[in-house]
Amino acid sequence: MERIRERVIQIYGNLVSLLQKCIFCILSVGPIPNHIAFIMDGNRRFTKKCKLMEGAGHKIGFSALMSMLKYCYEFGVRYVTVYAFSIENFKRSPEEVQSLMDLMLEKIEEILKEQSIVNRYGVRVIFSGNLKLLSEPVRLAAERAMLATAKNSKAVLSICVAYTSTNEIMHAVQESCEEKWDEITLLNSSGAGYGLISLGGYEQDEMDHLIKLTDIEKHMYMAAAPDPDIIIRTSGETRLSNFLLWQSANCYLYLPSVLWPEIGFRQFLWAILNFQQIHFYLDKQRKQS
Amino acid sequence: MFFISSFLHVSVHQVTVFKLLPLYFPSSFPISKIYFNLFFFFFSFSFFNFSKPLFSRLCLNRSMDFAKLKRMLYYWIHQIVNILLRLTWHLLHVTIHLFYFAINIANALESLLISKGLLRRYKSLHISKLQYLAIVIESEDCRTSNVIELLQWLADLGVKHVCLYDKEGILKKSKDFILEKFDGATLFQENDVLLDQPLMTLEFASFSDGKEAVAKAANVLFMKYLKSGSTSSYQGEQIFTESQMGEALKTVGGNGPEPDLLLVYGPARCHLGFPAWRIRYTEIQHMGPLKSMKYGSLIKAIYKFTMVQQNYGK
Repeated sequence: MERIRERVIQIYGNLVSLLQKCIFCILSVGPIPNHIAFIMDGNRRFTKKCKLMEGAGHKIGFSALMSMLKYCYEFGVRYVTVYAFSIENFKRSPEEVQSLMDLMLEKIEEILKEQSIVNRYGVRVIFSGNLKLLSEPVRLAAERAMLATAKNSKAVLSICVAYTSTNEIMHAVQESCEEKWDEITLLNSSGAGYGLISLGGYEQDEMDHLIKLTDIEKHMYMAAAPDPDIIIRTSGETRLSNFLLWQSANCYLYLPSVLWPEIGFRQFLWAILNFQQIHFYLDKQRKQS
Repeated sequence: MFFISSFLHVSVHQVTVFKLLPLYFPSSFPISKIYFNLFFFFFSFSFFNFSKPLFSRLCLNRSMDFAKLKRMLYYWIHQIVNILLRLTWHLLHVTIHLFYFAINIANALESLLISKGLLRRYKSLHISKLQYLAIVIESEDCRTSNVIELLQWLADLGVKHVCLYDKEGILKKSKDFILEKFDGATLFQENDVLLDQPLMTLEFASFSDGKEAVAKAANVLFMKYLKSGSTSSYQGEQIFTESQMGEALKTVGGNGPEPDLLLVYGPARCHLGFPAWRIRYTEIQHMGPLKSMKYGSLIKAIYKFTMVQQNYGK
């Protein structure tokens, strides 16, 4: 009896994945997004709604994340970004922050294993954000994960931890200032500076353009990925909460009202269909800027 | 056999046209898509009828061996599947167009009811919660008459501070015209505190107030850094803070207050490059194209905003 039941479940699973593959075949007739970003909102609300233990919502949210990643990579999306932990989230109670950090540590170890999604789809994992704000074990695990998957080149997963967009912009500005300073010092020391440091050698116009937009964009945490095509935020909230503000100028915001642990294939499908509907317009906007 | 194969041959070339169609009609009424599909279908069919002799030479080769036949079969099966996939995709998108059309009709009815004051929920708005409103308008859609009508509605609702943004800067150029035509507003000054004022304050922004303003602010900060003559350039130190960045942005003229609500009047829910530093916790609502703006949907959007609770990360 058990064996028959298992068999039925297996056949059902196969049918479902076959159906998903067919749908992906049909959808690939139209434009496929290059980069999708997820804001994983609603874990705590899910815990309350289903009356689970504390932290269970986040665990279920992680498996929802794995299934969304599977859909993305099977469909052919090359870059996926997820908003795991914001700098503002450090304001939460220390126990909650600690449990989230422990969960993150556990999951980083898990994705480095052989059969995980990372190795199956050749995914390079990048941790974007101000990693210095993280505790030592988490930071080391993150760096280890980045190193271990550095050779994979088929897809990229950017996990934003200790990340806010304003912090990213500021960090990029700071890095470009330091780079410019090093450049000028180098010129000065090699004698070709003409006294640049004393500011006498530059016109006001030139001084305004020492640091260009391209320098700043080069130093962003998210410089390794192109601008996102779709940002999906669950739980029906309509704000970006300091996520990818710089990069989302021509990006479609899809805001389903499901909570993150409840997200499934239906929402993914709807996001892609909506994206394909307005792709032409957003592409035109991107080319103009 | 000959009939089917030559028909398919023409359909294959037609497939590329199918693919190009959505590019020409991105947001048009779906019926036109169906008509165009049918038109090309019959056109290619009649073209095929006039070019029968050409295709007969390709297909009626009696000395085809088995391997070649198999290859041809796979080729035609592949083509058929391709065509079916494309047709399904088009059908899917036409269905979605129809769905959104129905949704738009429902929304129009609802906003009609709201503007007549028939829905009790929207009767009293806590407009004081809305300190600063920003409106993003699609540049090609930007008709000043519509903009002025929208500003009139906002003034009637009691909104005190509005920022108008469009990517190309068209609104900025017609700033004086708008201020002249709409006499209930003054220009927003940099050091205006968001107090209750008798007139509405208007701010105009464009794409250059976003990324380029950050680049200019970076230069300002760099100059400060050079002038302070700091010799220690240890890479890990935090030289700038976010508040310093905010100050620098103010000096280059790219930093107004942060909007509470951002209304997007355009074909897509996308903030089109509104200055990134200001929309950290801004609620973004999509209102549809500007030419089909409705008073009722404006009230609904503001009502939805007043019902929202933010944790700010906690």
